[in-house]
Amino acid sequence: MLCGLFFSGCKKKDAAGNPDEIVIGEFASLTGATASFGQSAHKGVRMAVDEANANGGVLGKKLRLVTEDDQSKAGEAATVVRRMISREKPVAIIGEVASSRSLEAAPICQQNKIPMISPASTNPKVTETGDYIFRVCFIDPFQGAVLAKFMLQRGWKNAAILTDVKQDYAVGLTDFFKDYFTKNGGTIVSEQSYSSGDKDFKAQLTSIRSTNPEAILVAGYYNEAGLIASQARELDIKVPLLGGDGWDSPSLVEVAGDAMEGNFFSNHFSAEDKSPAVQSFLAKYKAKYIESPDAMSALAYDAAMLLFDAMKRAGTTESTALRDAIASTSGFPAVTGNITLDANRNASKSAVILQIQNGKFRFVETVAP
Amino acid sequence: MKKHIAHLALVAGLAASVALYAIAPQLDDYAVNIFVLAGINIILAVSLNLVNGHTGQFSLGHAGFMAAGAYTSSIITLTLAPALASAPAWQAQAAFFSALLAGGLFASFCGFLVGVPSLRLRGDYLAIVTLGFGEIIRVVIQNTNALGGARGLEGIPPYTNLLWTFGIATVAIYVVASLVNSTYGRGFISVRDDEIAAEAMGINTTKYKVAAFVIGAFFAGLAGGLYAHFISYIAPEGFNFLKSVDVVVMVILGGMGSTPGVAAAAVLLTLMNELLRDFEQYRMIVFALLLIILMIVRPQGLLGNFQRRKRKAPQP
Repeated sequence: MLCGLFFSGCKKKDAAGNPDEIVIGEFASLTGATASFGQSAHKGVRMAVDEANANGGVLGKKLRLVTEDDQSKAGEAATVVRRMISREKPVAIIGEVASSRSLEAAPICQQNKIPMISPASTNPKVTETGDYIFRVCFIDPFQGAVLAKFMLQRGWKNAAILTDVKQDYAVGLTDFFKDYFTKNGGTIVSEQSYSSGDKDFKAQLTSIRSTNPEAILVAGYYNEAGLIASQARELDIKVPLLGGDGWDSPSLVEVAGDAMEGNFFSNHFSAEDKSPAVQSFLAKYKAKYIESPDAMSALAYDAAMLLFDAMKRAGTTESTALRDAIASTSGFPAVTGNITLDANRNASKSAVILQIQNGKFRFVETVAP
Repeated sequence: MKKHIAHLALVAGLAASVALYAIAPQLDDYAVNIFVLAGINIILAVSLNLVNGHTGQFSLGHAGFMAAGAYTSSIITLTLAPALASAPAWQAQAAFFSALLAGGLFASFCGFLVGVPSLRLRGDYLAIVTLGFGEIIRVVIQNTNALGGARGLEGIPPYTNLLWTFGIATVAIYVVASLVNSTYGRGFISVRDDEIAAEAMGINTTKYKVAAFVIGAFFAGLAGGLYAHFISYIAPEGFNFLKSVDVVVMVILGGMGSTPGVAAAAVLLTLMNELLRDFEQYRMIVFALLLIILMIVRPQGLLGNFQRRKRKAPQP
């Protein structure tokens, strides 16, 4: 009885079985702690789908995007992905930004043989789940290495690290940074940690200051990075702070203001990059949403575009053929650089280093893998 | 007579679990997902109700016990996974059940640890201690590399099914309901109603409080094990303070001290979360509004009076 009630209550949309459309699933953190990422990613995917539909769809069919919100909460990603797969029968799923939620969804997609493309989950374990799981971003080892390489190039051999131990992303970044940095002649002079949601970092920063580092890696997300930067300046720490793609949000500068000036972070793309792919993406995005895209929207857009390209090459949306087509992607001209998927279904591509100048993210250089 | 009904209910519940398990292949994954989450929530709510509702000790650390159980059982099944992959299904299920039990036992040990300070604390102070304890468990896991740290544990074999979930939910309801209705169990209620009077009557209030924590934590640990082996991935972030609050909401909504009430509230809240998905971003607003309305209309909880009207003790 309960069961009947429940099904009748839930069948709102006339799902599955419309032969003239292709259903694409997307799950994102539209609300909750990392809503900023989820919203950006959703805009990117939305734009890609609208663009493909405006150009006559894919394989002669219209695309229909189904989006589910996982509230940035544990357990929800698994539920929404099961819901999507059972109700809407998507041919492929795009999601998520956060690695922890991609890890929840990946086994389900793998089991149902539905290709899943994560736009920005950098934890290596995500694609290790199985042969249906892909990503269009670089992974933590690479980003950690890029930051280490950049610091060494600038001659900063003594680095301090401040890690958000609550975020698997930050812990991974730190591990791989340390590995590359120490193996190539650098020294870690101090290692401190904090947890997302902390507001006061003075104790850690004071301890870091006493070790006189030449640069400080702040592995974490933008919310705390902003606070850390302003408190570091208050403590008269003048060396540059460096971060990963988790810093990429307009809120970074809003929180810290002038204290952020001169700091660096690695990212997937820069709006200042003069390549035609980036510039045309920027123009289209600004026309549609009246705001500048961040890396999450660019990556999500790329994930969707790469998927459509694979569908065209496969000539079908049948899951095995589609999986093989995605896996054989090579040199796909994406906004965030040319994407080639390697044998482990990870994207191999370059990263950019950005510097905060006058409250803007300025392009410094590209670091190749 | 009453005992008969309890036994009948136990048998009926177990039979229903088997029936659900039997029809599971006909249900889609999403429906199974909701049933399992509802079952896990029933276990959590009913076990917390023993502490918060029946014994009157306000605990905010249930997610911590859940984490203890989830991690203990996952570590066991992950260690055994290579051997179990080729073993017959019944062996894998037996190993899973043992792992669940181990998780429950470890969680109840944690429950004992937090139950001891409750000798000296009550009310708000106890709530803070349990909150802190739940956070300690989480933070310890977060900083232990062997447990995956902040990255979590992935690849946990998905052994949880409807039979296990509802079988354990039935047992949890049976144990808690018959415990508080037994001669021994009246002690829990007396501790809640008037601790000083209970003590004067010769009730060992300390023992009862610790017992409530130990039993409550045991079932929370089982629920954690079921959750881990259902989602296949656990991270400390999933067992934070907000998870404890979710369970407290179920208990208060269902009616403190009413086992059928909190079980119903657990199911209702699980379903509501799913039915409101169509509201998208506004879902949590609608959800919160519904909770507020419900609390205004029925401040005693869904089935609060249903069990309480039997007692006529005047409130001081």
